Amino acid sequence: MSDTEFTSTAHYNALGEHRLVGSRCKSCGILFFPARPMCPECHGNDMEADELSGKGKLAAYSIIYIAPTAMIQAGYDRKNPYCAAVVNLEEGPSICAQLLGADVAHPETIKIGTPVEATFIDRGEGDARRTFLGFQL
Amino acid sequence: MTTRKLGRGVALVGAGMSKFGAFPGKSSRDLFVEAFQEMLGSVDKGFDAKDIEALFIGNFSSDLFENQGHTAPIMADWVGLTPRPATRIEDACASSGVALRQGLLAVASGLYDIVLVGGIEKMTDLPIERVTDTLATAADALYEVPAGFTFPGLYASMATAYMAQYGANPDVFLKVGYKNHENGSLNEKAQFGQRIASIMEARKASAAKKGLPVPTWADEMEFLKDDRANPIIAWPMRLYDCSPVSDGAAAVILVSEEIARRFTDKPLYVLGSGQGSDGAIHSRPTLTSLASAKYAARVAYEMAGVKPADIQAVEVHDCFTVAEIIATEDLGFFKPGEGWKAVEEGKTARDGIRPINTSGGLKSKGHPVGASGIGQVLEIWKQLRGEAGQRQLPGNPNLGLTHNVGGTGQTCTVHIFERR
Repeated sequence: MSDTEFTSTAHYNALGEHRLVGSRCKSCGILFFPARPMCPECHGNDMEADELSGKGKLAAYSIIYIAPTAMIQAGYDRKNPYCAAVVNLEEGPSICAQLLGADVAHPETIKIGTPVEATFIDRGEGDARRTFLGFQL
Repeated sequence: MTTRKLGRGVALVGAGMSKFGAFPGKSSRDLFVEAFQEMLGSVDKGFDAKDIEALFIGNFSSDLFENQGHTAPIMADWVGLTPRPATRIEDACASSGVALRQGLLAVASGLYDIVLVGGIEKMTDLPIERVTDTLATAADALYEVPAGFTFPGLYASMATAYMAQYGANPDVFLKVGYKNHENGSLNEKAQFGQRIASIMEARKASAAKKGLPVPTWADEMEFLKDDRANPIIAWPMRLYDCSPVSDGAAAVILVSEEIARRFTDKPLYVLGSGQGSDGAIHSRPTLTSLASAKYAARVAYEMAGVKPADIQAVEVHDCFTVAEIIATEDLGFFKPGEGWKAVEEGKTARDGIRPINTSGGLKSKGHPVGASGIGQVLEIWKQLRGEAGQRQLPGNPNLGLTHNVGGTGQTCTVHIFERR
């Protein structure tokens, strides 16, 4: 394992390559996503990279009208709200991400348990450009 | 789990708070002085501040809100405690709940006999976007915030999970806010101490005065469901589901049990104290309960040797209305999935069988985040001593509980108090 293999930097670098890379504890068999360098169950650090399919189900969501600065810079505001979600991936772990394709004007029509698939959202300019995880309804 | 006990008994003998609200021109130290002075005046048999041996102060983010780090010694200086030790505790919105626990442990250990515990936050100097960003630093900056989550958004997502799991209607959240404004209207320290009916009538009067069409809301619920009167912040959480941005401070005196009656004939003994932690929201097996709260509650109940049904006065962390419902389940007052029904049935109202947040809660009283944990203790102090005025619970209550959450439950403290 390299020093940076299971850091947040590696997580976001992998997203830049449109990959979801978790870490699996070789002793416990538990998969962690985002990846962790140490297994919090057995405290071992014998971890191996494991790629996730990006398929999952919607576990929770909200339509955000009052956005944080980073999302305001991405063009969202009260008149253009977006959906933020918690998605339960089919391999087990859950993750927070923006949900695309949701009818934000009719939030009650969005159903928890609906299948979703990973997508990749590029934001920022120049050196600040980063790829964020999203899901498509 | 082994039941843990304190090394020796600890009691609350004085408590005070500033008014909660927006106070341009006042910094957190000014507000702390106000809370401190009220605390001094609250000690029935008198108290010499020179006897305080240490200060523990809860504060979330004076660094970002006031551009001021290293806050504890400033507070110690402003209330005349230097050179005695002053320690700041940061656990987001649970900062002063944790400060209370640290003060408690310091006295229980025998190191000190008399400590001051406080909480402060000065939030209203920043524009709202920077307040949103500052509060978001209590979430996971690597994996929650980049998803576009705000604090209202994180709690709103718990609300959607709760609705899906238990069949609750979003209107029930509005009823929690309505109830807390009813209570807060009887609290002179509340930031928004108006009944929803009063706010609604004021809006109508304002429209009429400006010559605008006067809205025709049939009742308070219709007002609360109106997107213009009660805008969506993070669906399903609307403005009146969210605690406000506030300035405020609160302070209490903790002493060893042996000397408590030197200060008052009505001390509150700290019977139980629990604290729990948790990971980011996506790492949890459920979104309709806080594992940290359940853990903290279990430890506190076991230490106190009491059951949920024994508790008479309760202040829970209603930073968002959904949080109050989940809290009442995590604390064992209602079964999982029954908390929202209890709201519908009026059980949590001041005249219900399980009154929750008689102070008005964070929603109506205000939520200066680092001060809220001790602010909750102030209400229990008043209720158990029969000093809560118009909002006093009947039946001479002598057992109370506070539940203070940091973040979305990454931290939670539960404390149980008894008047003997």
